[in-house]
Amino acid sequence: MNGACSGLVQKQFFTFAEPPHELVLESGERLGPVTIAYETLGNLTPDKDNAILVVHALTGDSHVAGCYTTEDARPGWWEIMVGPGKAIDTERYFVICANVLGGCMGSTGPSSINQATGRPYGVSFPLVTIGDMVTVQKALVDHLGIARLLAVLGGSVGGMQVLAWCARYPEMVRAAIPLATTPRHSAQAIAFNEVARQAIMADPHWRGGDYYDGAKPDLGLAVARMIGHITYLSNESMRQKFGRQLRSRDALSFHFDAGFEVESYLRYQGNKFVERFDANSFLYLTKAADYFDLDDYAVGGLNGAFKGSSTSFLVVAFTSDWLYPTEQSRALVKVLKRNGLDVSFCEIQSDWGHDAFLLPNERLHTLVAAFLSRI
Amino acid sequence: MRFDLRIIASWIEPGSRVLDLGCGEGELLQYLKEQKGVKATGIEKHEAEVAICIAKGLSVLQGDFNLEVADYSPDSFDYIIISQTMQQVYEPVALINTLLTVGKKVIVSFPNFSYWRIRLQLLFAGYAPRSTELPYEWYDTPNIRVITLRDFRNFARDKDIAILKEVAINTHRQQQTGNIVRLLPNLRATYGIFLIGRAE
Repeated sequence: MNGACSGLVQKQFFTFAEPPHELVLESGERLGPVTIAYETLGNLTPDKDNAILVVHALTGDSHVAGCYTTEDARPGWWEIMVGPGKAIDTERYFVICANVLGGCMGSTGPSSINQATGRPYGVSFPLVTIGDMVTVQKALVDHLGIARLLAVLGGSVGGMQVLAWCARYPEMVRAAIPLATTPRHSAQAIAFNEVARQAIMADPHWRGGDYYDGAKPDLGLAVARMIGHITYLSNESMRQKFGRQLRSRDALSFHFDAGFEVESYLRYQGNKFVERFDANSFLYLTKAADYFDLDDYAVGGLNGAFKGSSTSFLVVAFTSDWLYPTEQSRALVKVLKRNGLDVSFCEIQSDWGHDAFLLPNERLHTLVAAFLSRI
Repeated sequence: MRFDLRIIASWIEPGSRVLDLGCGEGELLQYLKEQKGVKATGIEKHEAEVAICIAKGLSVLQGDFNLEVADYSPDSFDYIIISQTMQQVYEPVALINTLLTVGKKVIVSFPNFSYWRIRLQLLFAGYAPRSTELPYEWYDTPNIRVITLRDFRNFARDKDIAILKEVAINTHRQQQTGNIVRLLPNLRATYGIFLIGRAE
């Protein structure tokens, strides 16, 4: 095995909601069958009381840590956090990570084949919500025979799912760690997502979402990714990483090529992204994030959310995150306090913007490990 | 543990709900949790100290307690502790009113400004007092409120706050040891500790 990986993992699939028992979505539409791709690490105890559900962010997947083969040089997206002896210690915990509903990494989404037509859904795929994603995850957890999760954790859009879990199924969640997240998108966050969606839909190859048999809207999706990337960084991290550095040592080129390092970086990120991601999934997932409002999952209004819950919370924000700024985490903490819930909150000093939760961060790792070990 | 904190801890009923404002590294909360089985919560503004508290298994929120404490529902706590911080509060009346809503009882401790050494410094040396308890210069002190034991009693009377218990103490050796001062406390004590509640 190469040194980059903490262990071998395997992508698995669970299919349910076969017609006529389709899943009823929040929109009222029916969807079935539904397949969910997931991976697990570590061993479930005989009492099934050591399961942690890790929920990925907007464009993540079930491959949270480990490698698929011994030759595989690319471990999962949270390898620094999940593995033997790490903050989420797979020698102690049974870790589950599933690709979200509406995604394109094995779970049912707009690029899946609609059994009724034999063709990919495209935009005939129903709009799914953060709550629908959680419904599907709960079906998986039930399928694995786990009555109560030790913890649910995730950052960004994953953090929204953590919150929806806690509001929907409080009795199933002993502890929750929402990282760099928000109880609802600001107008600014929705605006960035809308520009990203427009970039995709303006690409002539998008063809109303029905592009699976021809050229894909790669240019639009790459631009959408570039916009997203800007919101994940911070002014300071971009200054440190790129400044006004030019790619060639010579002076300005007086061309529209990627002269600045930052331009080249964004183009690279955009181009890399289109190789692995489906443009329609991007539309659906950003919409789900925009629609999310924790109040909608609250029985009896804002102060009714989490009523009867005994979940312990660790809420973490990052100082330079301007996509979901600290005030939004504080608004969440306020609701938790009002409901008498056990909550800890830490705002970690970081220059790296929204992305900070995915980067090596000693403080974050220590907090998560300590919080989990006390449950 | 600091001598004043040991006295505060002795006033807390086992199994109660306790909020410590400016809890630092959580020494008092950890003690109360382990020895008295309290439900312990803290508010602390410094990230590093918050992280240490969470690592100890305490529930602690990072933030300014003047703002954070207002978010709780009435009677959320049996005791709210504000130790050696009241002299730094900008709006003490508003804060204490909030504390007596959110908590049933409040424990306040502060350095006594009428301690005889402080009086002598001002009288003979003629500079703003500096001591182990108040080690700052006038231009960098966070202690913007000058309080004496007598001032606090008058304050409680004027604002209709019930003083349920009070003790004056002298501390030594980085405040780790100390003794209770019964004779002429306003003159001889370095710290005052008050248990206050809502007036009947």
